[in-house]
Amino acid sequence: MALLTVKDLTLGYDSREIVSDLHFSVNAGDYLCIIGENGSGKTTLMRTLLHLQSPMAGQILAGDGLKLNEIGYLPQQTIVQKDFPASVSEIVLSGCQGRCGLRPFYGKEEKKLAKENMVRMGVSNLAGRCYRELSGGQQQRVLLARALCATRKVLLLDEPVSGLDPKVTADMYELISKLNREGITIIMISHDISAAMRYATHILHIGDSVFFGTRDEYLRSDAGRIFLSQKEGGENT
Amino acid sequence: MIDKLLMYLSYPFVQNALIVGVLIALCSSLLGVTLVLKRFSFIGDGLSHVAFGAMCIAGVVGLTNDMLLILPVTIVSAVLLLRKGQRAKIKGDAAIAMISVGAMAFGYLIMNVFSTSSNLTGDVCTTLFGSMSILTLRRSTVWICAILSVVVVIIFVLFYNKIFAITFDEEFAIATGTNAERYNLVLAVIIAVIIVLGMNLVGSLLVSALVIFPALSAMRVFRSFKSVTVCSAVLSVVCAMSGMIISILTGTPVGSTIVAVDVGAFAVCYVIGWITGGARK
Ligand SMILES: Nc1ncnc2c1ncn2[C@@H]1O[C@H](COP(=O)(O)OP(=O)(O)OP(=O)(O)O)[C@@H](O)[C@H]1O
Ligand SMILES: [Mg+2]
Repeated sequence: MALLTVKDLTLGYDSREIVSDLHFSVNAGDYLCIIGENGSGKTTLMRTLLHLQSPMAGQILAGDGLKLNEIGYLPQQTIVQKDFPASVSEIVLSGCQGRCGLRPFYGKEEKKLAKENMVRMGVSNLAGRCYRELSGGQQQRVLLARALCATRKVLLLDEPVSGLDPKVTADMYELISKLNREGITIIMISHDISAAMRYATHILHIGDSVFFGTRDEYLRSDAGRIFLSQKEGGENT
Repeated sequence: MIDKLLMYLSYPFVQNALIVGVLIALCSSLLGVTLVLKRFSFIGDGLSHVAFGAMCIAGVVGLTNDMLLILPVTIVSAVLLLRKGQRAKIKGDAAIAMISVGAMAFGYLIMNVFSTSSNLTGDVCTTLFGSMSILTLRRSTVWICAILSVVVVIIFVLFYNKIFAITFDEEFAIATGTNAERYNLVLAVIIAVIIVLGMNLVGSLLVSALVIFPALSAMRVFRSFKSVTVCSAVLSVVCAMSGMIISILTGTPVGSTIVAVDVGAFAVCYVIGWITGGARK
């Protein structure tokens, strides 16, 4: 059975529909890119997949014994209050919380994991710094390190590269693809269509027309061709 | 002055009172950061009013130990308010205001109609602003306060990491498999216990100050959750200790003296934060 199966899903807020009749499934090891215009409902879909909000209709089935505490998540925006006193290492370590279950304290293993992920994301030199005093890109990397601590199977990323410089963006894509090769399933929202085409195995396009399929199918489909030509047109002007 | 202090300190009941005062101050400061940042401070305020109402009823009914009524009532209200507050933000606020002000009016009314006490105004004043002196605390209350404070501190330490996770980013915590609802419930219960404990020390109108000031002060100076928590605990204990000693020596009301010292500490921390913050930039 697939890791996640979505059937007849309708998304929305307060009885206002945004996307209806979504069907798709994600298998272990897939790299799914969700694309679509601003406001098309990508973040809403991701939040629904994470059970942060309930769907208006339809089902989300988890297979392969997938549990919530095996998912990592990078939100599009984290509204951290202005005054929140939290150091980078505290935040990254809090990503391990789901693993602990009822255990009150973090063990050696979690601390090691947090350290490794900070090194991976290049934020270990910021470990003692206060989160809210970091730049946007630095904050993004800290939150990614936290997401990496949380996951064993699936990583959901909502625009992971927004606000990162080109070099870090490239590193980030390499890192995500490396994680994917190591067996972690990736579900990523992105506006970076060229990266999506380069790394993804599957594409979910939501908007006026909904498309789900492998990358090659998408490149051949009408929705894909229209969207890609628009993007290229937009980038040339 | 010193002689007078030493004389007081040689009495066991003074020592007990000081120990209890310190314990209460310690545990009331622990959740300050969470309350401020989760916007729960209004719940703390509302709860203290509910507790006031319960205290009035307990007084009228003539319970020998009023904590037995106040504590459960406050805990139940805390759980209800937290549930409501999470479902509908605005309606939750209105509900809190209604319940808390209602409880206060009702409490005073009941006290006025049924009380047999000759010194009604004094009684009300005591519930609102705390005893004139911590030394008048009843023995059974002292014991209950001591035990509850220790329990609160232990629970806080055990749940420290979970409290951090749901305070910093509740959505991430939920999405990655932390049972935030359960820990919010734990938080609600601890908050209620803390409010009731703090009321014994400084009275129901001032208890929010006892909870929030040390945290706000620590947040001026420190930048990580752990250091802020430790600092606010230390500050709270030091302020409560000095407040109680000043109050014993000069005969000022204990609750307002402690809070006044807390405010002073905040001013000092504000200046320190301003200087170090300025230096860093
Ligand atoms: N909390 C909310 N309540 C009501 N409507 C909302 C809420 N959040 C988003 N919406 C609406 O839902 C629609 C989809 O929003 P969503 O955030 O899912 O878009 P998105 O595809 O992630 O866009 P972007 O590319 O800008 O991130 C938008 O029209 C938005 O106005
Ligand atoms: Mg979005």
